[in-house]
Amino acid sequence: MSSKVRSESPTGLRPALAAAALAVLALRPGPAAATEELNALVWCDHTDPALIEPFEKAHDVKVNLKEYEGTGTALALVDQSQPGDWDVFVVDGVDVPRVVEAGLLAPLPDDQLPLDDVFPQVRMDDVTVHDGKRYAVMEKFGYNVVGYNKAKVDPADMRDLTTLWGDRYKGRIAVYDYYIPLMDLVALELGMKPDEISEKTLPKIREALFKLKDNAAMVGEVVSSTTALATGEADILLGGGEWAVAVMEADNPDLTWVLPKQGGILWAQSIGVFQSSKKQQLALAFVKYIMSPEGQARLATSSCFWGMPANRKAGAVLSDAQKATLRWDEQPDFLARSYRYFIPDAALDAKMLDVWTEFLQH
Amino acid sequence: MPDAPRTLCGRLRGWGFVLPGLVWTLAFFLLPLAVMALYSLWQRLGMRLVTELSLANYRAFLAKSFFLESLLNSIEVTVTVTLLSILFAYPLAWILAEKVPPRWQRIGLALAVLPFWTSYVVRSYSWLLVLSEGGLLSTALQDLGLVDGPVSLANSRAGTVIGFVHFFVMLLTLTIYANLSQLPRNYRRAAQDLGAGPVRTFLHVILPLTLPGIMVGAFLTFVLCIGDYITPQILGGNRELLLPQTIMLQIARRSDFPMASALAMVLMALVTLVYLACARWLKLERV
Repeated sequence: MSSKVRSESPTGLRPALAAAALAVLALRPGPAAATEELNALVWCDHTDPALIEPFEKAHDVKVNLKEYEGTGTALALVDQSQPGDWDVFVVDGVDVPRVVEAGLLAPLPDDQLPLDDVFPQVRMDDVTVHDGKRYAVMEKFGYNVVGYNKAKVDPADMRDLTTLWGDRYKGRIAVYDYYIPLMDLVALELGMKPDEISEKTLPKIREALFKLKDNAAMVGEVVSSTTALATGEADILLGGGEWAVAVMEADNPDLTWVLPKQGGILWAQSIGVFQSSKKQQLALAFVKYIMSPEGQARLATSSCFWGMPANRKAGAVLSDAQKATLRWDEQPDFLARSYRYFIPDAALDAKMLDVWTEFLQH
Repeated sequence: MPDAPRTLCGRLRGWGFVLPGLVWTLAFFLLPLAVMALYSLWQRLGMRLVTELSLANYRAFLAKSFFLESLLNSIEVTVTVTLLSILFAYPLAWILAEKVPPRWQRIGLALAVLPFWTSYVVRSYSWLLVLSEGGLLSTALQDLGLVDGPVSLANSRAGTVIGFVHFFVMLLTLTIYANLSQLPRNYRRAAQDLGAGPVRTFLHVILPLTLPGIMVGAFLTFVLCIGDYITPQILGGNRELLLPQTIMLQIARRSDFPMASALAMVLMALVTLVYLACARWLKLERV
């Protein structure tokens, strides 16, 4: 009987499908912008018009910027592109060796770059130079340490990483979702140096991560974790630093960061030119602009996130207030007490990612 | 015999109409699916892509508990979202179709689809602000004296479910409304004439007749929800992982497309199973 009712029914799928199709169409994003002139694969800090427009005007060029998060995503974009599609590549310093190994970057002329003006601890020639040729130059750096709201937590507590594993701030901690610096920080908390992470020590890291997760309110990438700090969802951001709080300082002066007594993790991002670029000279001009004191000052104070300029001469361009926010005068101490990102081999990297996935699932 | 050329012509015309759709499906669905299936049998070792065919990625999926947990989490969240969306959408569609005067129905429908006009990402971040500890919801509950201190639903499964339900209620409202609005009133009158009360009329006449709309909306909700990465990533706070997040981890961190493809094939298989389970209501010939 019921099937007969259904068979006679004028109601059915066509109107429903049509309505649903209209709704589903609304889910889809619009087409991506077309590429033209100089094409750069960048982090979000390079998308600030205040940084890009001066170069565009000076060189009468349109810079097309494709923002990405995670080197894996960038490499996937490159894989799916035609040779010559991309000209400039901004990439995590830790990933320069594997990008060079993949043959993606062109050599850069040392004599046209202000290498002597770069903070010595940040030059990282062992990462950027291969077989005597430089393939990238470090452009910006900072620290994965502890960002916090000083109105909500005791600043003295933030100077000791072990506090975050205690009960005092349970449920008040956001964790930055990037396994390399976070496992490095966990290693520091356990009294190890980041380069002591190995298959043998990984179980200890895993155990400490699980304890940290029990105390965490959330684990998030850049926007989510900083939003948690801004909205009061969390009072502490482990893995945060100037990059997480400087942009929000004007709205909330209570947000600040500290390098704990165990030390900090130094992040550095680099810039290079794609080997397959058909505009090598223009791409090099862009790299030179970014490395100039003016370009460096604009990059350091980008609206997306702040960070220390690699070129010390940017200090002459930055205002006193900007330098105070960047803790310019404390850099010698910070650099001395910081460790570079640990670069695992492929096999260990895979195991570290598995542990991180377990941590997220915990 | 004289009909033969006309039949042939008719057939050719039929193929002419169908061909663009077939080519589109072949080029943008079947071919990519085949490539993804092939990729899932390769392996990523360091920077090297090993193209020797192997089931290693599928074995890893079964061997590593966090992959299976991701799948189970995805199923739990999706089923919850689908059921809640139906529960909220049906009364809304009913009110729109039955209680709102026809001239106001268009405005009602426009309001119903309003959330579709906002960017998906923006909408999710908006919910984050509403659900967070210092957000609108917490402030309102405190001002009303319903809670003592701040409450937060952000960065949790509840946050993810709320974000999803807000969106999919609108989708289901449209599909159910489309059914309800075309339901002849005579059916209800006939049921009442035969002695059925309102509840019985609804359960035995209206509900069966609107099942196609419910099932289409539910199926679309299931498919879109189980494959969604943005909402759980923004609202879930990584308190647990859903399968799309696990897939993205393989790509964003290590460019491990083979493992990501294997996980995506698992997701695809699940959606296929759900389709087969719903196929009874999704067949067009029933219209």
